[in-house]
Amino acid sequence: MKVLIAGISGSLARGVTQHLLAAGHTVIGIDRRPWPDPPAGVTVYRVDVRKRPAEDVFRTERPDAVIHMATVTHFTTSREERYRINLHGTRAIFERAHAHGVKRCIFIGRHTVYGAAPDAPLYRTEDEPPLGMATFPELADLAAADLYAGSALWRYPSLRTAVLRLVYTLGPSRRGTLAGYLAGARVPTVMGFDPLFQFMHEDDAARAIAEALNHDLHGIYNVAGPQPVPLSLLCRATGRTAVPLPAPLFGRLTGKLGFSWLPEGALAHVKYPIVVDGSAFAEATGFTPRFDEAQAMEAYRWA
Amino acid sequence: MIWDRLTEKTVRARLDALDLPFNRYGLDPLGISKAHLGAFYSLLKPLYHQYFRVETFGIEHVPPWGRAMVIGNHSGGLPVDAAMALAALFFEGDPPRHAHGMVEKFAQRWPVVSPLFSRIGQLTGLPEHAVRMLEDDRLLMVFPEGARGTGKLYKDKYKLVRFGTGFMRIALQTRSPIVPFAFVGGEEALPVIHHADGLARLTGAPYWPVTPYVLPIPLPFPCQLWFGEAMHFEGDGHEADPVIEGYVQQVKDRIAALIEQGRAFRRGRLQTAEGGAP
Repeated sequence: MKVLIAGISGSLARGVTQHLLAAGHTVIGIDRRPWPDPPAGVTVYRVDVRKRPAEDVFRTERPDAVIHMATVTHFTTSREERYRINLHGTRAIFERAHAHGVKRCIFIGRHTVYGAAPDAPLYRTEDEPPLGMATFPELADLAAADLYAGSALWRYPSLRTAVLRLVYTLGPSRRGTLAGYLAGARVPTVMGFDPLFQFMHEDDAARAIAEALNHDLHGIYNVAGPQPVPLSLLCRATGRTAVPLPAPLFGRLTGKLGFSWLPEGALAHVKYPIVVDGSAFAEATGFTPRFDEAQAMEAYRWA
Repeated sequence: MIWDRLTEKTVRARLDALDLPFNRYGLDPLGISKAHLGAFYSLLKPLYHQYFRVETFGIEHVPPWGRAMVIGNHSGGLPVDAAMALAALFFEGDPPRHAHGMVEKFAQRWPVVSPLFSRIGQLTGLPEHAVRMLEDDRLLMVFPEGARGTGKLYKDKYKLVRFGTGFMRIALQTRSPIVPFAFVGGEEALPVIHHADGLARLTGAPYWPVTPYVLPIPLPFPCQLWFGEAMHFEGDGHEADPVIEGYVQQVKDRIAALIEQGRAFRRGRLQTAEGGAP
């Protein structure tokens, strides 16, 4: 199968590329960012997915499948830019996929769209509405992109669409949302709270995405790895020192005193757990993680 | 770790006999920590044996493994009843069983309390949690009176208030047996004569109990737990409300009967004690 990865230069996407190549697929990619030394046979088009040259990639390459990983978070991108990339970019990709004969489209989303709340259940299932934006405005564009991608299920019924909501990833690349939060030697936590954090080894995440392509998925799936662990243990096992801050001061102190920066809305995400049920995906694809929670934390720690 | 040091030797042996799937950190997928559980039961042990001198009858009615719901009455202004039922199932059960209570939502907002409840497997009372735990073949503890039950005043003692019906639909849906139980003594141990509504609003609690001695601290009154025979109901959880209410009434009646049995036992013991006095 010829697979086009939008956002191929990201660290998780590079891992997906490796797994796809190993499985015998042909891989091409689109990204504004460079990938100076892609594996042999992988063409990377340095174009913007929303611009005309990207459409030409669809037209001339005629990919069979598209994996959409070109979404950005508040950690790297301003608000206006986020809406342009996450929403208009997602729209452009699905429209072009539909127009140019793509058979399968996979949108890579995040489990954080469910949102953290004191009265939310553990192990969220796919039928729960994403509530992340209620407390965390910086997530609104990603939640909207996730729902918009899901709308392709009825707008383009002939295009087999899968929306994957992945838990946090951890691993030797030290990239990703959770890696950013744990970046400093001292990790800011909220006094009196110790939520469960759910993550998977980044290689398992890449393998899960590549594996999704081998199955005729049409729907929304949570992708989870090993069991979640409390934040205190996550800090300890990754060699960090958790520094509990009183909740009212949390927003004022992050980004200072050597703590990593977090937007104000992230407070709920360090007070309450977001844990998803990945059993539907596991059942549909046979996916099981190869790295357990301890191995994922150690891979991140000793990278 | 501090939690480990707080764990008693006898508690440790029973912990090892629990059928919870702990990982190498002693954590299960719901976030229950073996170390926290050890400290928790070590704390409950003297409360159960010495402080409340709890006597438990009919523990053999609780299935030794697999899914089940234990359903009881609320007795007293604080969930002492829940703690003592947990202790009974852990210390008297053979093998020991860990029950999962269904906690009021407000507790999740409280710092310290919220993660501790989570580490000892006392999750928010959501139907999603109940179904998940039963399908996982765990033991669920439900007080269908809810906060209405713990919010009873002393003058209404041992009168059962309205039962929620959600538990019955979940029991039917998951085909779980129901083990009724009565907790007797809590309302003497913690007589609530008034509710401090201002304080309740301030803390987000549904009520704040005030006793004749002001502080909501239970007194060392002896308590008894009476477990009844398991009840099995046929259905799939999609029955009409009147059918479900009928089933719930059967459970309520059994619990009321167990409470009567318990109160008769207490009266009998009181008379013996009085009769025996010179």
